Amino acid sequence: MARAYIANRVTDKLTKVTDKIYCCRSGSAADTQAIADIVTYHLNFHKMEHGEEPPVKVAANVFRDLCYNYRDSLSAGIIVGGWDKQEGGQVFTVPLGGMLTRMPFATGGSGSTYIYGYVDSNFKENMSKEECLKFVSNGLALAMSRDGSSGGVIRMACINGDGVERFVMTGDQIPKFYEAY
Amino acid sequence: MTSVKIPYDLSAAQFSPDGRVFQVEYALKAVENSGTAVGVRGRDGVVFGVEKLVTSKLYEAGANKRIFNVDQHIGVAVAGLLADARQVVETAREECSNYRYNYGCPIPLKHMTDRVSLYVHAHTLTSSVRPFGVSAIVGSYGEDGPQMYMIDPSGVSWGYHGCATGKAKQAAKTEIEKLKMRDMPIRDLVKEVAKIIYIVHDEVKDKNFELELSWVGEVTGGKHERVPENVFTEAEKYAKVNMVFILF
Repeated sequence: MARAYIANRVTDKLTKVTDKIYCCRSGSAADTQAIADIVTYHLNFHKMEHGEEPPVKVAANVFRDLCYNYRDSLSAGIIVGGWDKQEGGQVFTVPLGGMLTRMPFATGGSGSTYIYGYVDSNFKENMSKEECLKFVSNGLALAMSRDGSSGGVIRMACINGDGVERFVMTGDQIPKFYEAY
Repeated sequence: MTSVKIPYDLSAAQFSPDGRVFQVEYALKAVENSGTAVGVRGRDGVVFGVEKLVTSKLYEAGANKRIFNVDQHIGVAVAGLLADARQVVETAREECSNYRYNYGCPIPLKHMTDRVSLYVHAHTLTSSVRPFGVSAIVGSYGEDGPQMYMIDPSGVSWGYHGCATGKAKQAAKTEIEKLKMRDMPIRDLVKEVAKIIYIVHDEVKDKNFELELSWVGEVTGGKHERVPENVFTEAEKYAKVNMVFILF
């Protein structure tokens, strides 16, 4: 959606690939939807063969495999995040060329360039769930205010061993702390 | 009409009237002619021991090994026809490599075993191929701790705490059952495995043999490798000393 024209400002770009692994899609909606569907298929298959939930790094690698091999025909920037019993909560990023990196946090999409300063100065390791949600929603609010192609609603998901909790912030709920002066 | 009796043991594609596939049973016999292979799963890893029979003094030492690396964290010890075994090992290596390529992490041993079993089993179904004359013991150490399985010529696999195959599998199993392997570290198990190989070796029928020892576990950092020289000599010494007590 985050191109010059935003067809739908309430699109859900937080997409489920397994019960405890989600991805954030940016770039072409058509490409990223198709990729997410293919990854979902692969992970379902993996789950059936192994009889347990696939680890987040397996999901991230399947994303990478597709994004790298079809890098010339895709425009997709994807963040993969989730929880598994081996390594707990994890975030991976697969940017445009199909590189895969595990990171403490990741940003992506057109608005992300506006908030490098914010994330680099505000990120702390071992934040609580509430601190994480605050960090993310403030970052998104800043990006939405500066970037003409970002906006609409804020969607967030908190994934841990117990499951997934989803959040939506519409219009008036979006942080305005930066308008203080 | 003359009736010609058809033998039921020529093809793996046909059942005998009482529901057996003779070619598979012959493959099991081929395994029983081979030197003994032993695998023991301990608290912090898996140990393999193989009695490699040497039929001539003219052979160069250390040739035709029967313990293989399949992936960093997976080892295989085989009994049976060595050439068949190498093909099974090759398949296992491909499975491991493909899994790593596709999913970016080491293959779970259970999954590799299932895939290789499928391949072995496929050779018990058609008349154009013969079953593998191989029993393969596979072992690994990873996030889920030590694991060990044995794949039979029929294509069936089981998980084990301790298993043996080859010539003296019965005697070896009796010895393994005496071990409290579940709470033993592999540093101690190496010695016990060496001892078992020495005990079950039939000095009258098969004069010469080479002992092969390998392990994968905490002490090797999760990598399957042949035991270092000092551990090997120590284990062999322990085996020779303690074997004598049992004889008398």
